[in-house]
Amino acid sequence: MTSAAGLAAQFAELILAVLLAPMLTGWVNQCRAWLQNRSGPGVLQPYRMLLKLFRKEVVLAHNASPLFRIAPYVIFACLALSAAIVPTLSTDLPLNAAADAIALVGLLALARMFISLAGMDVGTAFGSLGARREMMVGFLAEPALLMVLFTASLISHSTSLATIVGTLAKNEFVIYPSLAFAGVAFTMVSLAENARIPVDNPATHLELTMIHEAMVLEYSGRHLAMIEWAASLKLFVYSCMGLALFVPFGIAEGGDSAGILLALPVLAAKLAVGGALLALIETLSAKMRIFRAPEFLGIAFLVAVLAMLVRVLLES
Amino acid sequence: MSLTSLDATLWLAFVWLAIGGAGFLAPRNYFYIARVLFPLGALVGLLLAGVALDAVFHEPVSRVLPLGLPDLPFHARMDALSAFFLLLTGSVAAGISVFAGGYFRHGEQGTLPGLLCFYYHVFLASMALVLVADDAYFFMVAWESMALSSFFLVTTDHRHAEIRRAGYLYLLIAHVGAMAILMCFGALQGGTGSYQFDAMRAVQPGPVWGTVAFLLALFGFGAKAGLLPLHVWLPEAHPAAPSPVSALMSAVMLKTAVYGLLRVTFDLIGSPVWWWGVIALSIGLASALFGIVFAAVQTDMKRLLAYSSIENIGLIASGFGLTILFRGFSMGPLAALALTATLYHCINHAFFKSLLFLATGSVLHSTKERSLGKLGGLIHRMPWVAWLSLVGTLAIAGLPPLNGFVSEWLLLQAFLFTPGLPHAYLNMLVPVAAGLIALTAALSGYVMVKFYGVVFLGQPREAKLAEVQDAGLWKRAGLLWLAGGCVALGLFPLTVIGLIDEVTRPLTGFGIAGQSAASGWLYLVPISAERASYSPLLFLLVTSLLIAIAWLGVRLFYHGRMRRSAAWDCGFPYLDSRMQDTAQGFGQPVRQVFEQYFRVEQTVPSPFDPKPRYAETASDPLWHWLYLPFARGIMRATGLVTVLQRGRISVYLIYSFVTLLALLLFVR
Repeated sequence: MTSAAGLAAQFAELILAVLLAPMLTGWVNQCRAWLQNRSGPGVLQPYRMLLKLFRKEVVLAHNASPLFRIAPYVIFACLALSAAIVPTLSTDLPLNAAADAIALVGLLALARMFISLAGMDVGTAFGSLGARREMMVGFLAEPALLMVLFTASLISHSTSLATIVGTLAKNEFVIYPSLAFAGVAFTMVSLAENARIPVDNPATHLELTMIHEAMVLEYSGRHLAMIEWAASLKLFVYSCMGLALFVPFGIAEGGDSAGILLALPVLAAKLAVGGALLALIETLSAKMRIFRAPEFLGIAFLVAVLAMLVRVLLES
Repeated sequence: MSLTSLDATLWLAFVWLAIGGAGFLAPRNYFYIARVLFPLGALVGLLLAGVALDAVFHEPVSRVLPLGLPDLPFHARMDALSAFFLLLTGSVAAGISVFAGGYFRHGEQGTLPGLLCFYYHVFLASMALVLVADDAYFFMVAWESMALSSFFLVTTDHRHAEIRRAGYLYLLIAHVGAMAILMCFGALQGGTGSYQFDAMRAVQPGPVWGTVAFLLALFGFGAKAGLLPLHVWLPEAHPAAPSPVSALMSAVMLKTAVYGLLRVTFDLIGSPVWWWGVIALSIGLASALFGIVFAAVQTDMKRLLAYSSIENIGLIASGFGLTILFRGFSMGPLAALALTATLYHCINHAFFKSLLFLATGSVLHSTKERSLGKLGGLIHRMPWVAWLSLVGTLAIAGLPPLNGFVSEWLLLQAFLFTPGLPHAYLNMLVPVAAGLIALTAALSGYVMVKFYGVVFLGQPREAKLAEVQDAGLWKRAGLLWLAGGCVALGLFPLTVIGLIDEVTRPLTGFGIAGQSAASGWLYLVPISAERASYSPLLFLLVTSLLIAIAWLGVRLFYHGRMRRSAAWDCGFPYLDSRMQDTAQGFGQPVRQVFEQYFRVEQTVPSPFDPKPRYAETASDPLWHWLYLPFARGIMRATGLVTVLQRGRISVYLIYSFVTLLALLLFVR
């Protein structure tokens, strides 16, 4: 089941994701700055921030439990693993046999659970508020995400991400209306899950509106750096998942090592375009009230169910 | 003469009864009861699990017992289905009994410890006997002993009126259910007059009697399992009972109802019709969603877990319904997959739910508090309970690599095959059902964050929580056993499926163990390697490796300076424990999203109130729409009858006289 080329591709993907994820965040922020007529700090800014945080000492609240200190590493590991599962460069990934699309959703849920628990650990008003909101977004977004993945898996008769992407990449000239619905739902879900506008604002520190930032308020130093890095990884994972499901072209099939080398610039180009689009969405829309978020995500869920019905009714 | 597994099981059940009886020797001696009898009961549970584990892989054995009425002896039979549920009963009961050894102690109110020990072990033994009964008579005797002994256990603390009320409600619904089960056996005997299960197997009930039997079974066993709309006793009885009893009821007793459903549908009726599956699936999905939405707004930790039991039973019933659907359309291998997911979820739920109930028991014991609004921060004072319940919390939320994920994964895999059903409407509706399952799973994560976060994390909400003690050694051992079960069931799915395979093969004609192990011992492949595979061991290995690398990497390059200080909280210096989210606050988003499903009562204080109090209760609308009108109807009907009751002897004499005249006139 595992080949040397597959292992190499797996490692390359993992390391690439971990190293490049902050750059994607930096690129989105840079695009946003350009769109807003600012000059922007450059795409390397997230790295500088991580370095700064790693240099700082940790200030820990008195009643922070060991769970609080373990959580950043668990979250980071979960997201790094999910980055390794999503096929970005090649479909010949050994870890794909260990975890399929449903396990990927489970992995993301595990990370969410830990960050919410960590948010509640110190026992501040903002921490539990953020945890509650994060879990609310989670329970609305997770089924929608699963429905999107189910739609794709009904097309390829498999829940293994590599097989899904392989099948979709091969049928270049078939257009699936269901995937169009799924794409809309997936975009909405990823906006919410990555704490982007219109659901949350990654740049906010305005207490009453924040979700993600409220949970990690008590973190500092290396812990905060791990969390921030994990947040970048999450954006990277969702972007790659979207690209793999809806624009699966250019990913190397099987153990084709030349294909992997070719897949890298294709991926970079796709991510650049995707990141710019994200910045555009964020610039064009305003942040909603938190009470509107259930409606937003409810629509995402319905569209995803619609995608699945379209798949079952019209395309089979 | 060699001892068969069935004989061994029967003997062990009688040993349980004997242990119960031994409680009367020194009914007030806590040391004797808690440290001798309960651990002995745990040992019997372990032995029973061992016997059952062996029996799963053997041919069915049956025998006639020298017990019962003169012409109506008890029949007993052990097959793979019984053995699987016995394994569940024995292994979970072992953990719970060890825990109970540390739980019952001096200074408790209510029933004498000796009596409690008696009921507890009668409860255990009757559950074991239900699982091996092979005729309707024996089954009902065991079933009723189970209901009665658990009723007395629920009302252990019978000095409180609400506990007596909860026990009454439980007894009532248990008996309505038992009547339905009795009638179900009546429909199944098919005019032969023989109530042995063998005879029922031989008779093929027509579609009409088969349907009648199935619906009665669904009603009767559903009442015991807590399916909608017969769930109302569950959130009342579970919190009322002592924690080991709640754990036993939720983990094992609800599963005997599932056992009954499976036994009647797939064994006694034999050939289910596909649309029964639609009924079971709809009821299951409704229960699952209802249970978890209501769990999210609870403020009592045991009620929260009780509602979560309704959710899990709902998931099990959905799997059961899906099995019938596949079976009805002769899609045997898929039926086996769905049934495997169902049985897997049964054993998973038994382990994680009893773990969590026992954890709440420890918390309750140490803090004397079960309202979520008065707990908090217990991870500092009760690290053992806190970390072990984290395992249960993650497992019940269906997160990899623990056990809850495996069964939900298998269930979703089974759902993904439903577009292949040869029926135009079903293959439309069933994907939507998969969406509901996904929503339920996501909501259970929400509920569990609430449960764990409010009880164990944050700051203690009451001053007295700073003094609490961690659980003792016996309790830790019980919790450790169950948490270990959750981990093992999650990490070694192939072993478990190999076991379940022996059950699904006789019931559906197929098993999934063969292809599941096709890609080697590391991978779980329910259908084919291209379709889906999952490897919990590899998953755990890579995740822990990544955690280790991240941690070591940071250690290597980081100066490691750390300082303790007051919480930051955006620079707000006057933080106190009342500023944390309460359980009610944490449930607020769910209450808002699903508002129309709740019956919410709010009392809002006036703006001029110097001491404003804000109260809000979200109650079960079914109670108001279904039960109360029904009860009022009954009361009205009985009110009509009381017209006859005059309380004067002359009127009663006239009644007798008129009756006598009527008899003379008509009967002669």
